[in-house]
Parts: sequence; structure tokens; C-alpha cells
Amino acid sequence: MAAGSTYTPIATYTIPSATASYTFTSIPSTYTDLVLVANGATAAASNINVRVGNGSVDTATNYSYTVLNGNGSSATSIRYSNQGQYQVSNEDAYWDTTVSGLIIVNFQNYANTSTYKTMLSRANKASLGVSASVGLWRSTSAINTIFFGGSSQNLAAGTTLTLYGIAAA
Amino acid sequence: MANTFELISSVTAGALGAASIDFTSIPSTFTDLCVKVSSRSDRVGTTDNLFMKINGVTTNRSARVLYGNGSAASSFTETLYVGELDALGSTASTFSSHEIYIPNYAGGTNKSFSVDGVTEQNGTAAYATLIAGLWSSTAAITSLSFYSGYGTTLVQYSTAYLYGVKNA
Repeated sequence: MAAGSTYTPIATYTIPSATASYTFTSIPSTYTDLVLVANGATAAASNINVRVGNGSVDTATNYSYTVLNGNGSSATSIRYSNQGQYQVSNEDAYWDTTVSGLIIVNFQNYANTSTYKTMLSRANKASLGVSASVGLWRSTSAINTIFFGGSSQNLAAGTTLTLYGIAAA
Repeated sequence: MANTFELISSVTAGALGAASIDFTSIPSTFTDLCVKVSSRSDRVGTTDNLFMKINGVTTNRSARVLYGNGSAASSFTETLYVGELDALGSTASTFSSHEIYIPNYAGGTNKSFSVDGVTEQNGTAAYATLIAGLWSSTAAITSLSFYSGYGTTLVQYSTAYLYGVKNA
């Protein structure tokens, strides 16, 4: 990537003590795409949920996603619709107490007000599994809020979350 | 505005090829690392394996691989493997592509990484690999090396670019 200002950290946060979730708010609309990088652990085995919104986190059943998953012995695919979250670590690449969970989520064209929003995620947990998924948020609102949290367990202290903005020009 | 996605170093194999592509003395001043590798080997056959060594050692590595070859998908465990590699029998002038993302590479926890790789070619089979990798070490990553798992040569024009990503 060119050495310009096209990959910019918008916000970064390190979980100071066990907590259910963290929410990025007031995300500026000045970028083209967003990238969320999360590296950490949970208090016990737990999937990771991502929700988005405009002004607040949308908890309604406006999410659908399709997962391609590998656990070291077999490959599977599964699909979910009308969900209350995009479960970015679904299937085998969930988090646990070891600080080795790695999730990278791309939010394409997040600020437009014409289309529903597509998200791509890669979840990595070398001891459990690897997955790639695509998610959809059925809203034409711009995304300015992103929620990241454990589905059943707290995020562990030391978990790092960074949100980057990518500008097309 | 600050430059937060910065080229640290790049390597291109010369006319004789290279046994490995190495990055050494990686500074600890970034938050994450991102490596983009375009490579091909001279192994007889249509495919080779691309391996990655961290800090010059091959121990304490584990990985789960999600693998597709155009006709079936599978999953398996690995250690040093970071994907398939185009080889002598692959369509001419095609080079496999791999992206490796390593967050918190200089921190005091074990090092997780994510790999996306492809070896597209105009042949019967081509390969896509998604990998969750782990180096179980609290040492900062200071060197990375990419090489053929079969000990063959990475041919001329094989390239790798190492970027540093800052979160502030």
C-alpha cells in the first residue's frame, strides 16, 4: 500500500478488565471501508458477536451470514438468517481463555445510505479452527457504531481491538 | 496525517532464484505486521508447499488449515505450512499469492496469525488455503523467513513485501 494516509487507525482499545463487550461509536463517514482487528481471549469458550448501527447498536434480527469452517479434520459450511448478530467466530474458530484468538472483519462501503452493508470476516484460532464468513446487515443507514462482544462470556483483559479506516482517495 | 501502513522491507529473487526470502531485524515500533508474498518454486510437479519460519526456529508452531482445490474442501492441521506454492508444472508465469497478518507481533503473548493463500492457474487443480496459525512464544518477532517445504528454489521474480501497521 502506498505510504499515504489511506490506512488510518480510527480508534484502538485494550480491554482493561473482563467485560462483556466494547463498542466503537461516532465512527466518521470519511473513509471508504473499515477494518477491525481483534486479538484476545474470553473468560471461557465463547463465540464472538459483531453488531453495527447508526447512533446505537442494532440488536434486531437484521443480520444474516454464511460461514466456511475448518477444524483440522473436516471442512463445513453453514448459513444463518434473521439473526440478532453477526457471529464472526461461529463454528470452530471461537475464543477461549488463551490469548490467541484473531478476528479480522472488513466492512465494505460502510457509510453509504443506499445499500445494505456487507461484511467479511476471517476468524483464526490455531488450536480449534479457522473460518471465513460473509455477513449482511439489512439497513441502508451508514454504519457509525460497531459492537464487539462475547456471545456467552466476557472479553478477557488484554484483548486488543483496533478499527482502521481505508480511504479510496 | 500519520503513515500507519508502512513498507518495512521488500525482497525480490534474482536471476538465480533464492533458497528463501528473509526479513531480519524487524523493528518493534509497529503494532502489527502484514506480509504479501508472490512466489513460485522450481519443484518438479504442479505444486510445492510454502513454509514460514519465525525468529529462525521451527518449534512451538501449530495451525489449522481450510483447503480447497477446485473439486473438494478439506481441513487439516499443520505446523510451518502457510499454503500451496506454484511450481515447475504450474501454468507458466503464474505465481502464488499469500497474505500473512500478525497482530501484536512485538507483545508478550503468544503470536497468532492469519493467512490467505491462492495458487490459481489454468490447470486441472488450483488451490485456496485459509490458515489460523500460532507461534507459542512470548518473544517479539524479529525475523521471518519464507521457503519451500521441499527445499526447492524460489524462482526469479518471487517477491515479498513486509509492512508495519501502527494502531496510533
